[in-house]
Amino acid sequence: MKTRARHGARRSGSVSFRLGVALVLVLAIGGVAVSLAAYAYGRSAARQSYDRLLVGAANQIAASLGLRDGEVIVDIPVSAFELLSLAPRDRVVYAVFDDRGQLVTGYDGVARPEGDGGFSSGSFAGEPARYVHVRRQIAERSFLGAVDVVVGQTTEARRELAQQITRNALLAVAMVGLVISGLAVLAVTSALRPLRRLEHDFALRSSRDLTPVDVEVPQEIASLVAALNRFIGRIDRQLRVMRTLIADASHQLRTPIAALRAQAELARETDDSKEQLRIVERIHERSRNLSRLTDQLLNHAMIIHRADSVDLAPVDLRVVASEAVAQFDQTLPGAERTVRMDLPEAPMVCDGDALSLIEACKNLINNANTYGQPPITVFVREEGATLCIGVRDRGEGLAEEMWGDAGKRFARRSGVSSASAGLGLSIVSAVAQAHGGRMAIRRPDAGRFEVFLELPKVREAEA
Amino acid sequence: MKLIGMVCAMILAGTAAARALPEAVASYGPSDAARQLLVRGTTDIARFAAVMQLFASRTGGVRIDYEQWGSNDLFEVTMAECRAGGQSADMVISSAVDLQLKLANDGCAKAHRSVATASLPQVANWRDEVFGITRELAVIVYNRRLLSDAEVPRSRFDLIDLLRPEDSRLRGRVATYDIEASGLGYLFAFADAQQATTFGSLIEAFGRSGAIATCCSAEIIDGVANGTYLIAYNVLASYALARAEENPDIVAVAPHDYTLVLSRAALMPRHGAEPELAGAFLDFMLSEGGRAALNSSHLIVRTDDAAPAALRLPETPETSFRPIALTPSLLVGLDQHKRREFVALWRSTFPHDGGGEAPLE
Repeated sequence: MKTRARHGARRSGSVSFRLGVALVLVLAIGGVAVSLAAYAYGRSAARQSYDRLLVGAANQIAASLGLRDGEVIVDIPVSAFELLSLAPRDRVVYAVFDDRGQLVTGYDGVARPEGDGGFSSGSFAGEPARYVHVRRQIAERSFLGAVDVVVGQTTEARRELAQQITRNALLAVAMVGLVISGLAVLAVTSALRPLRRLEHDFALRSSRDLTPVDVEVPQEIASLVAALNRFIGRIDRQLRVMRTLIADASHQLRTPIAALRAQAELARETDDSKEQLRIVERIHERSRNLSRLTDQLLNHAMIIHRADSVDLAPVDLRVVASEAVAQFDQTLPGAERTVRMDLPEAPMVCDGDALSLIEACKNLINNANTYGQPPITVFVREEGATLCIGVRDRGEGLAEEMWGDAGKRFARRSGVSSASAGLGLSIVSAVAQAHGGRMAIRRPDAGRFEVFLELPKVREAEA
Repeated sequence: MKLIGMVCAMILAGTAAARALPEAVASYGPSDAARQLLVRGTTDIARFAAVMQLFASRTGGVRIDYEQWGSNDLFEVTMAECRAGGQSADMVISSAVDLQLKLANDGCAKAHRSVATASLPQVANWRDEVFGITRELAVIVYNRRLLSDAEVPRSRFDLIDLLRPEDSRLRGRVATYDIEASGLGYLFAFADAQQATTFGSLIEAFGRSGAIATCCSAEIIDGVANGTYLIAYNVLASYALARAEENPDIVAVAPHDYTLVLSRAALMPRHGAEPELAGAFLDFMLSEGGRAALNSSHLIVRTDDAAPAALRLPETPETSFRPIALTPSLLVGLDQHKRREFVALWRSTFPHDGGGEAPLE
């Protein structure tokens, strides 16, 4: 448990060790299987080859049979025994029986076999032996019947050949095993090398370096590195959001707070109650703006944070639009300028984070409310492969030369206005990017101005 | 069955009637030695004494008892001891290598493996049970006083040509082994029949010219020495060369068409009491010292530059030599039917029953 805590990783044994064990197992099982197969094959091969010699010799003897005065005469050819002598160390036994089962010539210890012929196993002179029985039918006037030839041989040469075949096969298996083991060691080392490179890369990294890992890795661990890079990227972005928030907050908040303080001090030093009331009115106005600025700063940070940390889910943009309108109305109780909605009949579903989208939508309404001319309309529509959600008003809108920079933070003014911190469109732009889309600005005709998000549609199959 | 009985009786050469006994016995080494080695062989004591003497003197506390037997009797007694499983000889050495091979084939021999046996060529070692220990040639023997150099047959074709004329002076004066009486004679004749078709013409020529089939190397060589026979065919060179040492008129010719080479076979019977000592004796016979002793007795004949003067070799000896290999093929000659047919063929060639006295062995 201590080790775990220290290394922060659960260890499940060495890859090399596991590969080694697997390899040894495979080789052992394969080796045993091949040995058994080789032994079986060697035995049958040896049996077949020497059985052929045996039957060849027996056939030669059977072919040498002749008849004289009704008696079987055997004229064993020397070549028959030379054939048997190809098993140089094996004993030979043979016998020829006539139709009555009487021994004609050969060893009298040989049993007369049953049947028409074939191989059998037995023994001779205390050693295991293989026998073949060949029957020759003789149809002559003086002799009508079957003559049985039995030839046997001990099995030393067969055993030796079988062992030799097995030995050679085992030798080959051992060689192959060695080669495979060598290759496996090479393969494991080379497969683990990218991991070592990765380790090296991380070891050399400074604590503040959050750039993506740029190490050459094979396909198999490319996804691991990609996940790692995504993880690093997320940390990097969140850190950046945090830094931005702190920088923005210090930069944006210091001035209005200082102004507030100045007003408050002014109020404290004034005896004129009317003047005090006026100052309090101004303090109230400024603190409302400050609160909005704070809201926007925090929203911006939250949106960017959410873009990295929240999974996207199917969202109906019509719901987003109505929710945004409802929330906007709540912030302005009793406002005479109500917001209209232009929504299609069918659901407009895209993958998104509802909260961010509502926030973006609210920002657009806010902007329109602040800078545009009524009537303000929140619309959702389909444009080819994209879905659009945005706000339209009747105002002049943004000057066209500012459209390109509209998504950047504090684009409108370097300072802070009485009403906005200038973060509205940059939040919208960040939300659109987090959803794989973009923010668009359009002026369809004079007196109409649209700002909207273009979001990729969820494909039918997935919807 | 009666037929088979007859055939068996022929093989056994009448051992059923009288209990077989060794022809001669000899002992080497101290009579009160702790260990005794019983060796039985077909080799004449005189030929085989040197190697046994040497072994007994080199190995302390050992006595070798040697019994000289006829080849068929030796086979019989060895087989009988193998079946009975009681006492038996420690080593059996026979020139009838086919019978030795049959003993081993039937499981009557004990295996012996050593550096010496491993270095034997395959033809001289079967199953590490039967070992060829000598190198002897089957030769034509003549008397140089009685046969002019021009007349000397250098091959079987020469011999056939010599016998062909009606008035040949070789008529009735050519001798060879009686294959019915001599295991070695049968072995040589059977090997001849395997080697070439000349065998048919040869025995036909023997038959027409009244050649003599008789027993035993010693008698045949005696006949050549005293002029009874002008030519002896298929005689073991070892005996002829030994006689040539005393009688320089005796000359042995290794035929150049082919010359059979016999390696006397040694085996250790299964029930021998002294297998280690027998193995040591065998290794000794195969060693340098043993081979030198066998060479001095002409049991290993040299065919290189150091060949004996009385031996006339073909011009290219190594291509003419046909070793009688220790393989199961030798069993064919022992087959009852094969042997009966072969002997019948032989008999039809020598209708007058050899021509000499009835053979003793």
